Amino acid sequence: MSDLEDTATIIDDMVTQLAEHISHPGYTNPAIVGIHTGGVWVAEQLHRQLGITEPLGSLDISFYRDDFTRIGMNPVVKPSELPFSIDDRHIILVDDVLFTGRTIRAALNELFDYGRPASIMLATLIDRGGRELPIQANIVGRHVELKPDEQIKLSGPEPMKLEIQKTA
Amino acid sequence: MKRDSLQIDSNGQLRHFLSISGLNRQVLNDILDTAESFAGVTEQTVKKVPLLRGKTIVNLFFEASTRTRTTFELAAKRLSADVLNINITQSSAAKGETLLDTLRNLEAMHVDMFVVRHADSGAAHFIANNVAAHTRVINAGDGRHSHPTQAMLDMFTIRRVKGPDFGRLRVAIVGDIQHSRVARSQIHALNLLNTGEVRIVAPKTLLPAHAESLGTHVFHNLQQGIKDVDVIIMLRLQHERMQGALLPSEHEYFELFGLTEDKLAFASPDVTVMHPGPINRGVEMDSEVADGKRSVILEQVTHGIAVRMAVMSMAMSSKDTTPG
Repeated sequence: MSDLEDTATIIDDMVTQLAEHISHPGYTNPAIVGIHTGGVWVAEQLHRQLGITEPLGSLDISFYRDDFTRIGMNPVVKPSELPFSIDDRHIILVDDVLFTGRTIRAALNELFDYGRPASIMLATLIDRGGRELPIQANIVGRHVELKPDEQIKLSGPEPMKLEIQKTA
Repeated sequence: MKRDSLQIDSNGQLRHFLSISGLNRQVLNDILDTAESFAGVTEQTVKKVPLLRGKTIVNLFFEASTRTRTTFELAAKRLSADVLNINITQSSAAKGETLLDTLRNLEAMHVDMFVVRHADSGAAHFIANNVAAHTRVINAGDGRHSHPTQAMLDMFTIRRVKGPDFGRLRVAIVGDIQHSRVARSQIHALNLLNTGEVRIVAPKTLLPAHAESLGTHVFHNLQQGIKDVDVIIMLRLQHERMQGALLPSEHEYFELFGLTEDKLAFASPDVTVMHPGPINRGVEMDSEVADGKRSVILEQVTHGIAVRMAVMSMAMSSKDTTPG
């Protein structure tokens, strides 16, 4: 069990990186969209600290997963909420842990079913490597190296805590 | 309680959706929660999710229906499945093919799900008992027995309007209880969801023999039956299922059991009025009520799509391929 930093510190770093991106001229009225469930917790923090005026969006990608026929439906699907128009919007997509990239693939497909965004940027609290698709994050809180039998999990929302667990 | 092994698989998941009886409160709530998520799909520019891409769903209708068939078809299409509508009344049955032969032929085309509407009670159960193990069956109405997706879209509508606590609600079902598969399914669903009070209101000739045993309070007078209720569900007079003279005339029925603004005054001030459609205006209710602010009849139609998407995707995600 390695020592993991306080999530608040990692999120502060993400805010610093994002503030730089957001300040670019032309990057107007961005909206933050968190992926259920951990991504929404991180997104809430970023949304508040960056003072984003658009309401926070959330995505449940259950209906867009590529493994439905293999593992069936998630029993606790929450409705996706995007309380703004996606068309021509700059979107900051937020997840807690970036691993294979399949969740992000599903999230991108779902976003495009709501409209045609001006751009999508990906921000993740943790990048643990192990990609199975050509996807990478623009903003990474921390890179974490894990052993093959380990996984990293965010619990929360109050307080948010990162934990490395052995996979069964 | 023994598991309904035809409807519920060994993991406790919905396998076939044939009737409300045999299910439990957890499954009903799962259906309502899942439908809530699907309701949002309509707000997307692309009103579709890729969940059932590559699956083939056959609407097998042995009895005429527009609303139910259309909403099942739209639900399947919004889940990205391929849909075939087969109207048996004007096809094979007319040529003398048996139900099982029709089924075997469709199975040979690798169909994943049948949505079945049939004039005989028990038809959907019969088909579910005879299909290949990976094939799923949804009952879209069988005889006088059951119409479970209609009942669930009604529960969904009630939950959206009145909130999730059915325990504080008085619900009255009014009209032709005897011939109505919708009423049977609604009563089962309302009881499973612990509804405070379920009433049925009908002339004696349109009530089943042991109406009290359904766990309801029976009324033969509309004003008394809807007194202080929160939800009124009006049923359609089923001309096509009526044998003999059960009613003196439609006019007299309207006088006694037709819902008008005057009679609505007996119900709770924020009463919600529902009807599964199609409405016989001036028979079951006045146009003023049907089109009034308490009516949620068109919302019911909209909710039908989300509820059917939920039931289809839940049944299709059951991994159980052992026969019931």
